[in-house]
Amino acid sequence: MNIVVCIKQVPDTTEIKLDPVKGTLIRDGVPSIMNPDDKGGLELALQLKDQYGAHVTVITMGPPQADAILREAFAMGADRAILLTDRKFAGADTLATSHALYAALKKLDFDMVIAGRQAIDGDTAQVGPELAELLDLPQVSYVEGVKYDGKKTLDVRKQTEEGYQVWEVEMPCLLTVLASANKARYMSVAGIVTAFDKEVEIWTADSVNADPATLGLNGSPTRVKKSFTKGAKAAGKVFEVEPNEAADLIVSKLKEKFII
Amino acid sequence: MDITAYKNVYVFAEQREGKIQSVAYELLGKARDLADALGQEVCAILLGHNIKGEAKSLIAQGADRVLVVDDKDLEVYTTEPYAQAIVGIVEQKKPSVILMGATTIGRDLGPRVSARLNTGLTADCTELGIEEETKHLMMTRPAFGGNLMATIMCTEHRPQMSTVRPGVMMALKPDASRKGEVEEVKIEFNRAKFRVKVKEIVKEQKNLVDITKARVLVSGGRGVGSKEGFAELQKLASCLGGEVSSSRAMVDAGVMEHSRQVGQTGKTVRPDLYFAMGISGAIQHLAGMEGSECIIAVNKDKYAPIFEVADLGIVCDLKKVVPALVERLKKEQAH
Repeated sequence: MNIVVCIKQVPDTTEIKLDPVKGTLIRDGVPSIMNPDDKGGLELALQLKDQYGAHVTVITMGPPQADAILREAFAMGADRAILLTDRKFAGADTLATSHALYAALKKLDFDMVIAGRQAIDGDTAQVGPELAELLDLPQVSYVEGVKYDGKKTLDVRKQTEEGYQVWEVEMPCLLTVLASANKARYMSVAGIVTAFDKEVEIWTADSVNADPATLGLNGSPTRVKKSFTKGAKAAGKVFEVEPNEAADLIVSKLKEKFII
Repeated sequence: MDITAYKNVYVFAEQREGKIQSVAYELLGKARDLADALGQEVCAILLGHNIKGEAKSLIAQGADRVLVVDDKDLEVYTTEPYAQAIVGIVEQKKPSVILMGATTIGRDLGPRVSARLNTGLTADCTELGIEEETKHLMMTRPAFGGNLMATIMCTEHRPQMSTVRPGVMMALKPDASRKGEVEEVKIEFNRAKFRVKVKEIVKEQKNLVDITKARVLVSGGRGVGSKEGFAELQKLASCLGGEVSSSRAMVDAGVMEHSRQVGQTGKTVRPDLYFAMGISGAIQHLAGMEGSECIIAVNKDKYAPIFEVADLGIVCDLKKVVPALVERLKKEQAH
């Protein structure tokens, strides 16, 4: 079985701070990590490898420094790593990102594509289903686990608001996986030692024959018109009053805010 | 593409087991605003099996038209039949805007549909509006864990698609006298593409209350002190259709359950209205609630840090303020 896992390098958003004067994000010095849901997806693929001898390819679209998460994936047990990198991808929204990955995945053989449910820097959860659509694969999102018995279908456990559902899906298929699906393994010592000797393949827009009209800013139907901080809330007024007066003040505030 | 051919604001009226989900009504409320700003109609998309009877409630809460697709394969949600139904409706009707709930269903379906239609989708919007000059949809969403807001537009493609989390928009009050049309739409399904079967549906006993979904939270801290104190807060919460929540101190003391705890080690909440009753406002608590739209704090200590984030601060004994306030609210509601 061949599995392709799509991963993304993201800033560790729990470390992000705002510049209190300019109100912009301070990105300097923020560590980059493998997106947690993607790591859950990679772990799922590696478990299938442990059980059935799957061949696991990891691919990421990103800047050259995204090489780091591919090395991490090697050290965890991935067999092949591809860095899809090109200035033509810059400014891509989720659809243009999906088109770049689609062009690359057309060059690979797979029985299963795995992605994280969503990335912590954007939280859209859109690239997985969009990529599934472009590849014409059935999809299951919010995946907590899979059961594979060597047949042409897969039983997939999917999280819902009420509990979970089990979907039987034909292969090849695309799954988007939750970080909580499993506990990702650590890199092995031997894996770390060899991770830097292994080859990360560099693919570009041209080498995957991607249609330039579908890529980057040009291929993005959505555009960010502006971004702004919500701003630290200015403190309102404080009153030292009797209970009845307090009730009056609160009721007028509720009316002002259309709560009542 | 000729975007002028695309008109009207559509809402995907998500149903589960034949029951329309509350997020659909909330989206209709917002769709009503948008459609009125455009001078166009609100249309609800209702997919399911033997579901037509539910259309009335959608009209009562803002829809001018309900498009029903009835098919056995739409009874329980799976991606492909739903995607084909919505894409079929888009091809026939050419909507300008489609709104969906950002549920596990909407977030599975939305991107599948937008990719098939080669259009944009903006996830988890907290604000939607119409740009006056251009009539494009302005979609605002948080980025970077809510530290930054971004307004996103989709000016060259139609439909303009957006998902919104449950509890973010406000539903209209049902009005049974509202008039609207119900129209059955025929879709030519390509059933060979249905490559998924639902084998099992499991409902787990989860906490019945999800404080992150409440529009109004009445939160109590040390100053409330006891279960009896929280019973008073519950009366206030009931008056406003809200829920009671708690600071960590009261959870550690065993007075409140952990599922109602607000703060860094509890839940992050952003209700329209947050009452901080007898809560001093430790930074860990503030982290969980400072995104609230309006914060009203009552505390005996005028130096409590909670007053620095409050829109309205009251220095008084909450045990006297709460009963007075409940009484005033009951009078207001009687009018």
